[in-house]
Amino acid sequence: MSNRPELIAPPEIFYNDSEARKYTSSSRIVEIQAKLSERALEPLALPKDDVPRFLLDIGCGSGLSGETISENGQQWIGFDISASMLNVAVEREVEGDLLLGDMGQGLGLRAGVIDGAISISAVQWLCNADKSSHEPRWRLKAFFGSLYRCLSRGARAVFQLYPENIAQRELIFDQAMQAGFSGWLVFDYPRSTKKRKEFLVLRCGPLPTNIDYGHNDSCSDDDDSEDEEDGMVCVLDRNRPRKKQRTNKKGKGREWVLRKKEQSRRKGNDVPADSKYTARKRKSRF
Amino acid sequence: MRLITHNMLSCNIKGVTNGFPLKIEAEKVIEKEVDFNPDFLRHMFAKIEWKALVEAARSMGYAELPEDSPDAAAIDSADETFLRKLHHALLELHLEEGALVCPETGRKFPVNKATFWTHIDSVDQSGGSASMWTT
Repeated sequence: MSNRPELIAPPEIFYNDSEARKYTSSSRIVEIQAKLSERALEPLALPKDDVPRFLLDIGCGSGLSGETISENGQQWIGFDISASMLNVAVEREVEGDLLLGDMGQGLGLRAGVIDGAISISAVQWLCNADKSSHEPRWRLKAFFGSLYRCLSRGARAVFQLYPENIAQRELIFDQAMQAGFSGWLVFDYPRSTKKRKEFLVLRCGPLPTNIDYGHNDSCSDDDDSEDEEDGMVCVLDRNRPRKKQRTNKKGKGREWVLRKKEQSRRKGNDVPADSKYTARKRKSRF
Repeated sequence: MRLITHNMLSCNIKGVTNGFPLKIEAEKVIEKEVDFNPDFLRHMFAKIEWKALVEAARSMGYAELPEDSPDAAAIDSADETFLRKLHHALLELHLEEGALVCPETGRKFPVNKATFWTHIDSVDQSGGSASMWTT
């Protein structure tokens, strides 16, 4: 995979002043970020009652995603590690308040104050150890722990991510589950390598009964398809489904034994006669 | 940074038990007009720590908020003057430059260009591991 920014430098260094400007002035990036943010707001399942909610934009950067949140009539605060990116956000006069900090050290918000959170292309940065005092597992733990605390009951967090590999994806999920979230993954356009987007949806509470499916298009050149079938959803569970279920040790029963003996007799084998002792339960040591 | 956000911030330093509320040292406060939305105010009212808000508003130069917070039930029928005051304090006062101080350790978190600087390893002078957050 060519040039993942996460492999080049830590985010506060990669997103320096010139990169921040480049990022924000690229119309392609602006459009993608707006689309992703719009899409990320859907699984938040905020009530449609025209009352603005208080959201958290994790890794808000130069405020591209935050603007989409504002356009959707919600209030927000943004959290990012790069001062350069936040400076651009200030220049663009975004509506949300901006916090400069390292999410891997906890968000520093009081319990139960946030109604929902989104994060566009940010959480995978936690998987890299940028300093010797960092250990990705602890950083993810601190992040998810503090996020769980500050979300109100039943609130959701939606992360659009680019995990580098399966191990990273699993690392992120494990820590989220351990923090107490229930969650599921939504894949948009799962069969297209270019368009494929991955969203991790976490809920502060048990899994809801209705989960939206990801977007997909039935024919590959239909770009604007609004079809909601065939996107993929994987539900994450703390009880690993790989663990084999123990089979019922009721055994095969008398009927089965009698049937097998009859079969064997028909074949012509020498089978002892059936009696009241056939298939009787023996002592375990037998 | 608005007071609504300040009301939610808590000091993140390891070992601090009472990191809320952060005291405000205001150097530059500006006022921006924001659309009045009573529904939003009612929704947020339950989450706000009233005393912290009153004190924070005072340090920003706004002393109009009553000392005692109205009941959660009373807020639904609260009159518009009160809601307007709440609106002004929460959303229209902006801290542009200044600092927030941890009540327990006295550490100062700067606010530059309305951006609040939370605790970062590289900024911390007292040595690396003090900033690890423990669950």
